[in-house]
Amino acid sequence: MTAHIQANSRAKIRKIATFVEEISTEMGKKVDPPTRRAAAVAVIENPYAGQYVEDLSELMTIGEELGELLTERAVAALGILGPSAESYGKAAAVGENGELEHAAAILHPKLGTPVRRVLGKGAALIPSSKKRGGLGVVLDIPLGHKDAAFVRSHFDGMEVRISDAPRANEIMVAIAVTDSGRPLPRVGGLSKDQIKGEDGLR
Amino acid sequence: MPEVQIRKRVFLVEEIFHEGGPVAPKPQRRAAALVVVRNPYAGGYVEKIEGFMDDLKPLGLEMAQSLVTALGGDPKVVEGYGKGAIVGSAGELEHGALWHVPGGYGMREVLGGAKAIVASTKKVGGPGTRLDIPITHINASYVRSHFDAMEVGIADAPRADEILLALVMTTGARVHARVGGLKASEIKGEDGLR
Repeated sequence: MTAHIQANSRAKIRKIATFVEEISTEMGKKVDPPTRRAAAVAVIENPYAGQYVEDLSELMTIGEELGELLTERAVAALGILGPSAESYGKAAAVGENGELEHAAAILHPKLGTPVRRVLGKGAALIPSSKKRGGLGVVLDIPLGHKDAAFVRSHFDGMEVRISDAPRANEIMVAIAVTDSGRPLPRVGGLSKDQIKGEDGLR
Repeated sequence: MPEVQIRKRVFLVEEIFHEGGPVAPKPQRRAAALVVVRNPYAGGYVEKIEGFMDDLKPLGLEMAQSLVTALGGDPKVVEGYGKGAIVGSAGELEHGALWHVPGGYGMREVLGGAKAIVASTKKVGGPGTRLDIPITHINASYVRSHFDAMEVGIADAPRADEILLALVMTTGARVHARVGGLKASEIKGEDGLR
C-alpha cells in the first residue's frame, strides 16, 4: 500500500503520522463510552517553496489526493466505518520557504469532497486552521460536527505536532476525525439527537 | 494494592518514506503507546512503592500488544524498542522508575524473548512536557543502524498527580542509515549487546 502511495501520488510524501486519543476518565469521573479522536498527518514537499507562483493548481490537486488518503487513515486508526464518524477538522502548516496561501490551496478548493466521500456525508463546513512555522510547530486542528456545525457538544480541537516537520520546503497537512464529542459535555446548545441535517448548520 | 486508574490513552504511528534520499523500498514505521495513569504516591513521600510495579504489569502487556497490532499484528516485524515515563509535578522521579519492570516485561513477553536491554528515559514535568524516547535494536544493543529516538508528549498530561507511561516499537533502521558499525545481519544474539 505504501509503495503505491509513492508511485501514484502527485504529493511527494516524506512521512505520515497518525495519532489516536482515547479519554476514559475526566476529574475522576468515568467517560463511558470513552471519547475517541484520530488525526492523520502527511509531510509533503512544497512544490512552490522559495518562489512566488501565481497558479497554485498543483497544490489543489494534492489537496484532493490527501483528502482521501488522510481521512481513510484517520478512520482506520479509530477502527470505525466512515459514516460512523461524528466530527471532523483539517489544518496545514507551511514550512518557512512557503506562504500561507499554499496551505489555503491544499485545504480549501478540493480537499473536502473526498473527505465527505469517505465519511458518507458531511453537510457541515469542515473547520480549519493554518499557519506557517518551523520544525515541531504545534497545529491545533479545530473540530466540529460533520452534519450540523452548531452541535455544541462537538466543538473541540486536537493538537498535533511532529518534531522534525515541516522543514523549510515542506507542508504538513492534517485531517482529524472523531467518533464522539468532548468528554462529559454539559454546556447545553444543540445536541446531536436534534440534528435536522439539511443546511449543515443545525 | 493501588488500582491503576487510566485517564487517557494516546497512540502515535509514524511511517517514514524518505528523508531527502532515495525512497525506502519498505518504509520505516515507529509506533508509540502513551497511557496517562493516576500516580498513587503523588503529594507525599512514600517509602514502599514497589507493589505498583506488579499492578502495572497487565497494562505494560496490553500496551505492548497494542503496538504490535498498530504495526500490523506480526511481532516479527518489530526490530527496535524503547520506553519512558513522565511524572507529574506532585510525584518524584523514582515513581517513573516503577515503569522499568512492567514496561520491559510487557514488550519482551509480546516479542517472544527479546535479548537487549530496553533503552529508557524519564523525567518529572508538567502537562505538554516532551520526552525523547531512546530506541535500540531488540536483540543487540550495539546495532548502530537502529539507534534512534521518538519524541512523544500530550498537551494536557501529565497533570500533577499523574504519570505518563510510554512504550515505543519500530520496524527497522533509520531510513537512510549509513554510518557503519554493527549491522542487524551480524548479530550473534548471545549477550544482548552484539
